Amino acid sequence: MAMSSSAETAAARRRGRSGWLLSTPALVLLLLGAAGPLLVVLAFSLLSKGEYGGVALPVSGQAWFEIFFQRDIFDGTISPAKAHLAIFWRSVWLSLATTLITFVLGLPTAWFIATRPERQRALWLFLITIPFWTNLLIRTFAIMEVIRNEGLLNTTLIAMGAIDQPLQILFTDWATLIGMAYVYLPLMVLPLYAAIDRFDMRLLEAGYDLYASRWRLLRRVILPIVRPGIVAGCILVFIPSLGAYVTPRVLGGGTNMMVGNFIELQFGQARNWPLGASLSMALLIIVMVALLVYVRASAREGRDG
Amino acid sequence: MTAMDQPSPADQAIAADHVIKRFGDGDSVVRALDDVSVTIAKGEFFTLLGPSGCGKTTLLRCIAGFETPTSGRILLSGRDITREPPNRRRVNTVFQSYALFPHLTVAQNVAFGLEMLGKPRAEVSRTVDRMLSLVRLDAFAARRPDALSGGQQQRVALARALATQPEVLLLDEPLSALDLKLRKEMQSELKRLQHETGITFVFVTHDQEEALTMSDRIGVMSAGKLLQVGPPREIYNRPVNRFVADFIGETNFLPALVEDGQVRLTSGEVVGQGQGQGRVTVAIRPEQLHLALPGDGGAIPATVEGSTYLGTDSHVQLRLVDGSRLVARVPSQPSGDLALPAGTQVGLRVAPGAVQVLAD
Ligand SMILES: Nc1ncnc2c1ncn2[C@@H]1O[C@H](COP(=O)(O)OP(=O)(O)OP(=O)(O)O)[C@@H](O)[C@H]1O
Ligand SMILES: [Mg+2]
Repeated sequence: MAMSSSAETAAARRRGRSGWLLSTPALVLLLLGAAGPLLVVLAFSLLSKGEYGGVALPVSGQAWFEIFFQRDIFDGTISPAKAHLAIFWRSVWLSLATTLITFVLGLPTAWFIATRPERQRALWLFLITIPFWTNLLIRTFAIMEVIRNEGLLNTTLIAMGAIDQPLQILFTDWATLIGMAYVYLPLMVLPLYAAIDRFDMRLLEAGYDLYASRWRLLRRVILPIVRPGIVAGCILVFIPSLGAYVTPRVLGGGTNMMVGNFIELQFGQARNWPLGASLSMALLIIVMVALLVYVRASAREGRDG
Repeated sequence: MTAMDQPSPADQAIAADHVIKRFGDGDSVVRALDDVSVTIAKGEFFTLLGPSGCGKTTLLRCIAGFETPTSGRILLSGRDITREPPNRRRVNTVFQSYALFPHLTVAQNVAFGLEMLGKPRAEVSRTVDRMLSLVRLDAFAARRPDALSGGQQQRVALARALATQPEVLLLDEPLSALDLKLRKEMQSELKRLQHETGITFVFVTHDQEEALTMSDRIGVMSAGKLLQVGPPREIYNRPVNRFVADFIGETNFLPALVEDGQVRLTSGEVVGQGQGQGRVTVAIRPEQLHLALPGDGGAIPATVEGSTYLGTDSHVQLRLVDGSRLVARVPSQPSGDLALPAGTQVGLRVAPGAVQVLAD
């Protein structure tokens, strides 16, 4: 008995070792591909800025300090870096608003597709994914063409007599919001569709039979059951929104920056690589905290019904 | 249907009044319900019986409000509810698929309807407790439906539908997914629940035995039409036509002649009394035929063609002198041996009143 069990553990150890060996290539790739660059960014954020860009010694917390505070160049007084916080804040609320808009538009869209006859669904899903076939920049310029002062929207509204001055949408936060909602809508629709597709429509009749109104059916039956799709969709939209770069750059103009643009600025014109690196890390931390809070909260709500 | 079968207006739970339901249009139109009229009394256990596709589910869905009749009316306690949505009708459904809410516990499932009606919290939890003990699931209150067996899910569906005290409970083949033993158990369980709650049950099945044992009255449907409505005995013993006689139980159909109220088989023997005149079809149940010695006074001569042992009794296949075939049901002997080899000559007696002259 003792013999065989020690033989077994030896075999298990061998199996374990060969398991490790087999997964080594993947682990190395993961380390090099994901953790490696992150470590580089972390290291950069803890160095001083070089004279013409790049980083230099000594090690310093200056970049992290600069995210939140600024030192007056004349009298050296320290005050909160309002501009930076405003950029973070804009990024967060634009991303939240984008998530909300795509959810409100995406839910009926996904519902519509999921309730089509089987053969039509593939076509609708195909239509939803068509924008992915075009370059993001081109799509963003297309949106610009629609909302600029002499664009499709304004000329139509003026021709209809609804307004007599063009609406200034381009180069405002609204433009960024419209652009991001357009770009990220498919990322909301697809997971919602997958969840609704699994939803048993007979439950609607059961709820309706038990005196639920349409609104209550949505709140008490549909939303709780398709929750995994909602969670996935919100994550898929919120995270890239937070780091969006092209859309705010093209539609928001130079002034309405989001974090992504601000980071790019540090690595480009501002030549402050450590600040760029620390901003990137800060963004990463925000995303992780937001994810954690969100997943925890939705799991709890799921448990409580 | 005789006048006596019609409940008086005060006792009416649900009524269908010349209900027609068509699906599709043009060439592909389906008449799922073809002028159905029926009145179901308060507290009655009413069963809709018929083959697949005859419109049972459609009639139930019209009563529940999931379908609107093409024409005709649905009345609940005498009030026209044809255009009321399902969430306004005090009618609940036990779905064939159960349709329990997977994200809610058993107790929350049962509480759902009560909460939608805005009942106070204390009353909801009291009613849920009472319902769960009524269906004997007290111990399962905190479980999710997917952690229950088929029979338990079935009882949750029942408790959920009964909790709001509907005027009528609709059950669409609720037992068809259960195995035979559980099915028998749930049959008596359903009868008990109906007895204890006093709620009107409209029950759908295509199992004639289930219909006969459980119902106060049965409505037999075929191709969208309600052919006959009556108590089980009447449906079984006095089927109005060949379809009903054939669908309920086993029956021998024989060509016959009616003259002056006497029914005469084509082989010549007078077997009973009946209405009508000329050539007709008569139905005789196998258990109403008794074997006798050949040449016994008044017995119909017949030849045994074979027999099938069925446990409590045997089916004996017989041929009459004119070549028509029929089946008699003979109780099994203690020895288990019927001793009736093929070719044996026997006599047949027909029990008094067993001959049914059919309309078609
Ligand atoms: N939504 C619908 N659209 C078109 N035809 C329908 C629809 N619902 C039912 N039918 C047709 O109406 C007829 C009656 O259907 P119904 O479901 O009422 O039958 P049933 O008696 O319940 O049968 P089963 O015992 O198989 O459940 C069938 O021919 C069916 O194909
Ligand atoms: Mg059916």
